[in-house]
Amino acid sequence: MTAPVAISLSVNGERVEAHVLPRLNLADFLREHLELTGTHLGCEHGVCGACTVRVGGEIVRSCLMLAVQANDTAVETIEGLSDSGEIADLQAAFRDRNALQCGFCTPGMLMAAQDLLREKRMPARDEIREHLSGNYCRCTGYQAIIDAVEATARMRMELKV
Amino acid sequence: MSSIRSNPERLSVLDHPNSYIGRTVPRPNLDRLLQGRGSYVSDLELPRMAHVVFLRSPHAHAKIVSIDVGAAKQIPGVIAVVTGKELAAVITPWVGVLSHLKGLKSAPQSAIAVDRVCWQGEAVAAIVATSRAAAEDTAEHVVVQYEELEAVTDMRTALDPATPIIHASLGDNLAFERIHEAGAVDQAFAESDAVVEADFVFGRHTGVTLEPRSVVADWNAAEARLTIYQGTQAPHMVQNIAALHLGLRDSQVRVVCKDVGGSFGIKVHVYADEMATYALAKLLRRPIKFVADRVESFNTDIHARDHRCKGKIGVKRDGTITAFEIDDLTGIGPYSMYPRTSAIEANQVVNLVGGPYTNKNYRARARVVFQNKNVMCQYRAVGHPIACSVTEGLIDLAALKIGMDPVEIRRRNLIADDAYPCASSSGLRFEQLSHHASLTKIVEMMDYQALRAEQARLRKDGIFRGIGIASFIEVTNPSAAFYGVGGARISSQDGVAVRLDAQGSVICQTSITEQGQGSESLTAQIVGSVLGVSMDRVRVMLGDTDMTPYGGGTWASRGAGIGGEAALQATKILRQNILEVAAAILQASPAELDIVNNGVVDASDGTPRIDLSELARIVYFRPDTLPPGIRPELMATRHFVPREYPFAFTNGVQAAWVEVDTDTGFVKLLRHWVVEDCGTIINPQLVDEQIRGGVVQGLGAALFEKCIYDDRGQLTNANMADYLVPMSGEMPDIDVGHVVSPTRESELGAKGAGEAGTAGAAAAVTNAVNDALTPFDTIITEIPLTPQVILTALGKI
Ligand code: FES
Ligand code: FES
Repeated sequence: MTAPVAISLSVNGERVEAHVLPRLNLADFLREHLELTGTHLGCEHGVCGACTVRVGGEIVRSCLMLAVQANDTAVETIEGLSDSGEIADLQAAFRDRNALQCGFCTPGMLMAAQDLLREKRMPARDEIREHLSGNYCRCTGYQAIIDAVEATARMRMELKV
Repeated sequence: MSSIRSNPERLSVLDHPNSYIGRTVPRPNLDRLLQGRGSYVSDLELPRMAHVVFLRSPHAHAKIVSIDVGAAKQIPGVIAVVTGKELAAVITPWVGVLSHLKGLKSAPQSAIAVDRVCWQGEAVAAIVATSRAAAEDTAEHVVVQYEELEAVTDMRTALDPATPIIHASLGDNLAFERIHEAGAVDQAFAESDAVVEADFVFGRHTGVTLEPRSVVADWNAAEARLTIYQGTQAPHMVQNIAALHLGLRDSQVRVVCKDVGGSFGIKVHVYADEMATYALAKLLRRPIKFVADRVESFNTDIHARDHRCKGKIGVKRDGTITAFEIDDLTGIGPYSMYPRTSAIEANQVVNLVGGPYTNKNYRARARVVFQNKNVMCQYRAVGHPIACSVTEGLIDLAALKIGMDPVEIRRRNLIADDAYPCASSSGLRFEQLSHHASLTKIVEMMDYQALRAEQARLRKDGIFRGIGIASFIEVTNPSAAFYGVGGARISSQDGVAVRLDAQGSVICQTSITEQGQGSESLTAQIVGSVLGVSMDRVRVMLGDTDMTPYGGGTWASRGAGIGGEAALQATKILRQNILEVAAAILQASPAELDIVNNGVVDASDGTPRIDLSELARIVYFRPDTLPPGIRPELMATRHFVPREYPFAFTNGVQAAWVEVDTDTGFVKLLRHWVVEDCGTIINPQLVDEQIRGGVVQGLGAALFEKCIYDDRGQLTNANMADYLVPMSGEMPDIDVGHVVSPTRESELGAKGAGEAGTAGAAAAVTNAVNDALTPFDTIITEIPLTPQVILTALGKI
């Protein structure tokens, strides 16, 4: 085991300085060091998407990224997106459509869905299904999630015109 | 929604103008989960908490010759390394049998293996350290010497004399056998115009809850109390079992269950590693956390549905079914799981085959055998998908043989909607089902004739689409007949306490639990409706054995039907109590008053009389102003369990529309329909989403999911990359319709809806695939329907 390495990054807009072991992944760093437990771990091997966070504006699987790789970046988690209000409409659509049951996949789902909606204003259902196909949900059967994302896209379109 | 029976007079208590019953309202408290601010056990940190990692056997069957923990104990951060022998001093072993499953046997199982391991993944030592990473590192320094034993893996040869016996003391590898015979089966087959047989093969699969099993156990030596934080479906059951095996009284154990990241029956059992975690907390006198990693989940979460079932059906030329016969074989791993046992699934298969049909001639044998593989036990829709696939597969085969449409043959045999109450050939008692109304409705929803036309048209272009239909029954609202009569201390009744607080808000404590089904919501909806208060005034508390009435929890589709009725009855009492106090204050009689919109009103014309908050103020702070003799009780408790019928059967039908690519063997799910009758619907959206989620779990089993073992008992795909689960890209949209036949066992009339989706999905898809492949003259009776299975059937590989 090698010695801790100093890292400096921004997490949800706050400056964070820490010493971490090189092998520590970003998910564990967020959860255990910063106690931001909204980022969930479902598989720890990059398949389920529960650990999705934003690094430098791009979504990544935080279980597959090392904390040291996040040095000098801006990391955003579900807590940050919630507090800034960026996804308040998407969260409301999820609530109204019951697009979550146990809620464990939900932070990752919301991150991935928001990523799609930033890329594309009015994605088709197939495109939503495709974009979210790296996020596993055992509870909902997905349809409600697709509906909620579609409804949010439509609402945002209407607000813009 | 259509209704085949309406009982307005029975539901009068729910007939308030602002009733929440039958209305889609958002679940309370969802914002917490939507903001990532839930509290799952994996999030929990306690002062002085240590982490446990289990060293697990790499062999399916082996003797433990020695364990050397010397080097491991020296590593910084390590608190303890504990073997099975050492832990046995703190916790006693258990045997997973129930007395009403006659002949069921199993061997004593320990929290950590003592001198022999019986499956790959069984724990042999516990490493406790200050962090999970440190414990994992240390595990590599624990040296275990094994002497490998021959592994029993194939259930088909498990009973052969040449096969080693896993537990010598049991005499053989047969855990349980049940034989059932009804009617005159041989004669019925002899008098049939056609008899069809098939071998059905079901893959072993597992729950893959997104949050793995997690426990934090905290022994407080000063209080002599153990607090267990666990994502469980049955907190009181866990309390009882932990206490029993640690030598404590129930009152010395508290089980707290906050947010749970998926359960589906996976978290209704008590696992050896969880027992070990409780024991370690007591042994080491500090909080211990265990969170399974995904590989451990695959190796130790219960598996399900490893069945091979020979089925036979007799039929007359006019479509009348004359007899069913099945011979089911299932392998359950090395132990019958505790405390629910691993024989329930096979027992259910025998109970449920042929269940929707009028046939009286039925012969069944089920055998349950031990193997050196992970334990197998109850998972969502226990036994239903097997029974439904066999029954509905046989019906389609019979229809094909006599050249009858699959919908028509069902119409001719399903129990008539006005034939109830009646019983099945296996002795199940049905109160009121609606098979025909359901079938009619689904045929309409899917536009059956148009699909048949499309199928014929596309077939000419070499596009092979198929329609599959599956009718089913589902066991819900279980009474004591499930476990209690077999001696298990698993409560079948549930309780609810509801009270009016000093500011007029309503607090409700229920023994059912929440894992995302919406237990909190349905409870608040019922309480709000019955009491006449708005839902946002109702706060529901659950998942804590110190704070809730004693009860069963949430499994076997019982939350709404049992816990919901308890909520209704408790709230009725509270309502009456409130009206009595109000009457005293207002110098009226309770019958002249009503509660509407958080206030007491005149029953006749709705004139507001006194707000509930004002009433509560008087009761709590100025009782001296109440007339003498009034003893206001603003809290009421009621328990409920069905007594007349051991189960509330529900019914439904599913239909699948699929396309099979005959070159690649891929199945594309185009559409899926469900019609379900779960009695009174409390929240339509929650019911529909339970059904959709259930269907997708069934579709996973139908197409992708299988735990693949090699001959030595090694699980070869124990990760989410190799074990395929349904993702959004492959799943179809699912249309859900309802028929409503409330149960008369309760005032609420609700039956369960949690498992119906899973019960029939695989049968519908398999029938659809076979329908698509009719031109190729091949029948597939194996799931998952992987490209390999399909191409093999087509003779292409
Ligand atoms: S936990 Fe990172 S993808 Fe599953
Ligand atoms: S809501 Fe449970 S995993 Fe998606």
